[in-house]
Amino acid sequence: MAVAFDEMNGPGGDLRPAYRELSRWLKETPPDALEYRRQEAELLFRRIGITFAVYGDAEAQERLIPFDVIPRIMSGKEWTVLEKGLKQRVRALNMFLRDIYHGRDILRANLIPDDLIFQNPVFRPEMNGQSVPHDVYVHIAGIDIVRIDADNFIVLEDNARTPSGVSYMLENREIMMRLFPDLFARHRVAPVERYPDELLSALRSVAPLSASAEPTVALMTPGVYNSAYYEHSFLADKLGIELVEGRDLIVKNDEVFMRTTEGLKRVDVIYRRVDDDFLDPLTFRPDSALGVPGLMSAYAAGNVTLANAVGTGIADDKAIYSYMPEIVKFYLGEEPILKNVPTWRCREPKDLSYVLDNLGDLVVKEVHGSGGYGMLIGPAATKATIEAFRDKLKREPEGFIAQPTLALSTCPTCTAAGLAPRHVDLRPFVLTGSKHVTIVPGGLTRVALKEGSLVVNSSQGGGTKDTWILDE
Amino acid sequence: MLSRTAENLYWLARYVERAEYIARTIDATLRVTALPAAYIGKTNEWESALLTAGVSTSFYETYQEATEQNVVEYLAFSPANPSSIKNCIEAARLNSRSVRTALTSEMWDTINSAWIELQEVWGKGTSSREELARFLRFVQETSLRFDGSAYRTMLRNDAYWFSRLGLHLERADNTARILDVKYHVLLPEEEHVGGPLDYYQWTSILRSVSALTAYHWVYRETLKPWLIADLLILNDTLPRSLASCYSNLVRNLDQIGVAYGRQGASQRHARGVRNRLEHSHMDDIFQHGVHEFIQEFIADNSRLGEIITKQYLI
Repeated sequence: MAVAFDEMNGPGGDLRPAYRELSRWLKETPPDALEYRRQEAELLFRRIGITFAVYGDAEAQERLIPFDVIPRIMSGKEWTVLEKGLKQRVRALNMFLRDIYHGRDILRANLIPDDLIFQNPVFRPEMNGQSVPHDVYVHIAGIDIVRIDADNFIVLEDNARTPSGVSYMLENREIMMRLFPDLFARHRVAPVERYPDELLSALRSVAPLSASAEPTVALMTPGVYNSAYYEHSFLADKLGIELVEGRDLIVKNDEVFMRTTEGLKRVDVIYRRVDDDFLDPLTFRPDSALGVPGLMSAYAAGNVTLANAVGTGIADDKAIYSYMPEIVKFYLGEEPILKNVPTWRCREPKDLSYVLDNLGDLVVKEVHGSGGYGMLIGPAATKATIEAFRDKLKREPEGFIAQPTLALSTCPTCTAAGLAPRHVDLRPFVLTGSKHVTIVPGGLTRVALKEGSLVVNSSQGGGTKDTWILDE
Repeated sequence: MLSRTAENLYWLARYVERAEYIARTIDATLRVTALPAAYIGKTNEWESALLTAGVSTSFYETYQEATEQNVVEYLAFSPANPSSIKNCIEAARLNSRSVRTALTSEMWDTINSAWIELQEVWGKGTSSREELARFLRFVQETSLRFDGSAYRTMLRNDAYWFSRLGLHLERADNTARILDVKYHVLLPEEEHVGGPLDYYQWTSILRSVSALTAYHWVYRETLKPWLIADLLILNDTLPRSLASCYSNLVRNLDQIGVAYGRQGASQRHARGVRNRLEHSHMDDIFQHGVHEFIQEFIADNSRLGEIITKQYLI
């Protein structure tokens, strides 16, 4: 594996300009002062109750995501490129979804094999021919980006269903500004706090035609036991909208209402953080107690907008991912600004045999997996794990894709032994409304706290950092 | 607001109030049992603590004997007792998590910090009377802080009113329960001169509703059982009296009625109970029987809870 690109000390150890002030500040600040503020930050997080739950871990029902106080910094110039690439990508995702559930030009052009769509469990036949306001399917996208050198940002994953993490972007900034005002004073950091406003206006812009001039928006959560519940309540609060559970909603005459102390009140737009499968027990899983019976028929009648739309999973599926460069070119006629990780599709015999021959060097992912579970990181795995995985792969090759291990960039991070480079990724949040695509400058930086580790997922010991885009 | 949100706020306030009440009950019982045995006689004060907490039956499903250790464990820490202080704080936090958007950060911080302290400091219970005293103080301070931050930081809208409904309904229930268990020591007997035991019983009742000092300010008299009953039932100036709880319930229900432009069964019922309290005199109550009066009140109070639930919370 190549040596990782360090975002502070570039190749050859030259301090990169965006980090100049931070580096100076670090030299001036005694280590115990930094440690003191680090502890302060942890205390604040705990008191505010920013926790997440880890499924299947009864001991630690609520955990804190470790927060690293050293910010990750990018120049305005770098961000401009990234922003353009993200907007392009999300436009293409929306056009792709519109096409898949309507004319299917892309299939007729033979760019994507039919069965990858139609036999895909996340493809929703209920959405065939269903129109959605302004043809927006993915109102909120979280695109996972990694950096491999000074010039190249690569998309690792498109999250087009119910991406989470934006509350950390906002809270991390809040806490950093509280604890490190001196450091902020030395930089011009682009603010992120307008995110809730932009989200709300995007959501209101896609209200159904039958909504009143002041559409009612609600955030739907699976409830307090969901791992991202904190985020749901945080966002509802910032947006000033009701945080509803399935049992708070009722469908009458194909309209959705919430039960309030003053009787039923119509809901026009639902920012739902509940997966497709659990939305409506009459359409999807009948055993779902989280959903609302009849919601899909109100949706089909065009009386409620769901954000994101139903069926967006077909756009962020790992098998579809490998076709994203073609998808961008097909719909926009442009070269993709952001690259993909080269991907071997194990469903194709030629790719499979390459993957089987090189398991030790590759990362193999389940097509439908998420959260870093069920994947093989070849270079870090034992022989036995690799062999076990080989059997799994042979049995069901279409369930997997493989990618080379990337040398994710690193950022200086607090460790027991002082500052040390740790691998990071970035999840910016892209909002699409009726007219615009917008991105708040920044995103959630996740950091793999273990030395050498490439797994940044919070469920597996990753932490977060504040992400600074310099306003130059 | 969402019915579920109103329901959570209402129960949140009830749980916090209940935790405080249980803490006060334990505290008052500790004081009585610290007296020499000659004063206490044969009555088991811990048994009576279970009764005032309304958990006597369920207690004996787990324990054989109402000893101090058993009762304190059951009332304060037992996961098997739905009204144990531990369970109240946990339920309060769960309700808070469900309605975070309706709470001010001060309220959330109070409940969340209490919940953290409960696990980190009090996870194993208490092993001495000093520790227990510290624990009880922690519970009472949590309730004070919660109440105070609600009062000082919440917008005066339906969220506030529903939370106050829970508080006053629970408080009325608690005061009525003490009276129900202890009414016999409050019965006026013509030539009754309270012995030392009665005296300590009376202070203990007042202490459990934090009204010992208030008594002296109001009546400027030595402790007289019928005045204690008057204070706890009819005196509108004592925050934990039944009369005061109902003034507050009526006021908060009226505010909801005005805001929503509609009155209903709960407003009517609360007003009925308040009017009865307003027009009662202690003499009549004693003549009719304190016990019957209290029993009726408890039934009326829980009926109000049901009506509020039906009208607003589901």
